[in-house]
Amino acid sequence: MAERGSGGEVAGDAVCTVRGLVKTYPAARRRRGAEGAPAVRASDGVDLDVRRGEIFGLLGPNGAGKSTLVRQLTGLLRPDGGSVELLGHDLVRHPERAARLIGYLGQESSALDELTVALAAETTGRLRGLDLRTARAERDAVLDELGLAPIAGRPLKKLSGGQRRLACFAAALVGERPMLVLDEPTTGMDPVARRAVWAAVDRRRAEHGTTVLLVTHNVIEAETVLDRVAVLERGRIIACDTPAGLKALVADEVRVELVWRDAPPLDVPEVAALRAGATEAGRRWTLRLGPAEARAAVAAVTGGPAFSALDDFTLATPSLEDVYLALGGRAEGLVKG
Amino acid sequence: MSAVSAEAVTGGVRTGPEAEPRPRGGGEAAPLAPRARLLPSLAAVYRAQLSRARVARIPLLFVATFQSVGIMILMRGVVDGGDEARAVVAGSSVLVVAFVALNLLAQYFGQLRAGGGLDHYATLPVPPAAVVLGAAAAYASFTVPGTAVTAVAGSVLFKLPLTHLWVLVAVIPLSGAALAGLGAALGLLAPRQELATLCGQLGMSAALLLGVLPAAHLPAVLGLARDLLPSTYGVEALARCFDARPDWLAVAADLGVCAAVGVVSLAAATWAYRRAAVR
Repeated sequence: MAERGSGGEVAGDAVCTVRGLVKTYPAARRRRGAEGAPAVRASDGVDLDVRRGEIFGLLGPNGAGKSTLVRQLTGLLRPDGGSVELLGHDLVRHPERAARLIGYLGQESSALDELTVALAAETTGRLRGLDLRTARAERDAVLDELGLAPIAGRPLKKLSGGQRRLACFAAALVGERPMLVLDEPTTGMDPVARRAVWAAVDRRRAEHGTTVLLVTHNVIEAETVLDRVAVLERGRIIACDTPAGLKALVADEVRVELVWRDAPPLDVPEVAALRAGATEAGRRWTLRLGPAEARAAVAAVTGGPAFSALDDFTLATPSLEDVYLALGGRAEGLVKG
Repeated sequence: MSAVSAEAVTGGVRTGPEAEPRPRGGGEAAPLAPRARLLPSLAAVYRAQLSRARVARIPLLFVATFQSVGIMILMRGVVDGGDEARAVVAGSSVLVVAFVALNLLAQYFGQLRAGGGLDHYATLPVPPAAVVLGAAAAYASFTVPGTAVTAVAGSVLFKLPLTHLWVLVAVIPLSGAALAGLGAALGLLAPRQELATLCGQLGMSAALLLGVLPAAHLPAVLGLARDLLPSTYGVEALARCFDARPDWLAVAADLGVCAAVGVVSLAAATWAYRRAAVR
């Protein structure tokens, strides 16, 4: 994957090109009992190139502008400025064409909730322009592929969150499209369902060259499934590369996590010194250190009086979360695992 | 990367791996998948909405019917035959349509819009009219059993002739179209979900009071409100059919008003849907 890192590579193969995209939500008026919210620039000059057949990720915490960006790419939201070109079509001028190019999985399932899994998939296929016979054939194929056939007759409402998500994903796949836009597709899914999702995505990529735009705030998933990832923060893309390429930015760092049994032993001078650079979350401290400093820190806390106060510690190579922090993002909203 | 060209992908034609990748030069655009046509997608939405009835709507349909039958039993102590009895039976029957098509549909669309459920339809190449008409038709269909039961029960209760009740075949779809269109437009236009619910409830209350109470007893202002409410014309059409020799021209005129309101309100609802779906 690492060799695909350079930004300027095969620009001609881009299927989706976004330039200077701007979207501002107007300031909310003050209501009784609630302060008005200031105007929010949810997309602040976004440039993107998604290449054919890749799984391209948008990573960022809640409120970073991921969904706003995706809604503009799918024609659901009109940008204030900038351009979106998908497979040769200008989607700012012709937003209605997005539905004929993109299979979209949004975060909401309320339109399908009271349908059975089979009918949700079939109806979605029909509304994607398939005739009845084709819609049913594709429905059966997709439900089998995702292991949903045994619960095909049950309403989405009665399913667990993960199963419901998988059923919505199935609906998104009926009626093939050259581009899939998936907004946090695996939320709430167990590992089996997640594997089914990624296997289905890979199959479409291999067989039809399908391009996938994936919104996620799960860093582990981002590292394992994405070809390239754009990191969003406050409506801007602060970095865009392969996960490995991004991690190379912080390759000379080690993440040290310390969990204290109770209060940290601040009377130990080494521990007091570490506190300055630590991100504290309850009893857990997270530090990003150079290798030599990390060794010194571990030696300090595992020997001497600090050790009796220590509950657990880990040393790890950097993750995308560390990249995100190194780039100046707020990591509170990112999910690990 | 795949060795399949964009044309093969989007055209639905599956080319083998031997096909050469075609580099994309400048202005060449990928073919668009077909749009869903109006009637097939309307049928698909209708069928999906109808299936929701099994899961979510049956208790409410019972409520709608019991409410109307209950009102007729109450009114039996007040009115004794004649024009008033006709008004009560016709008003109670059309009330079922108002309950389901106006009130419940306004709530449904209000809820769908507030929860982001409209995104699902907005990202499919389906004509807005198919979504609105499909849902409106399904909700109008939900009213059929309740309206028929109410009309028959009322006729028996007040000893009215059942001969011309076949007119329900026209009354239900036409007043259904008018009220469902109104309900859909309210649900899609209301700035907040609670307002959509409120408007639906108020519309139903108006249909109840202005439809069931005999017109002769109403003050002038309420009489005017009664004339403005589309359900009134459904009520009048049905009430006329309890005559031994109904004035078919008047019935047709009343139903014509329902049809016209239906066309206008469904067009408004379709416009509102388009506006709500893309912001």
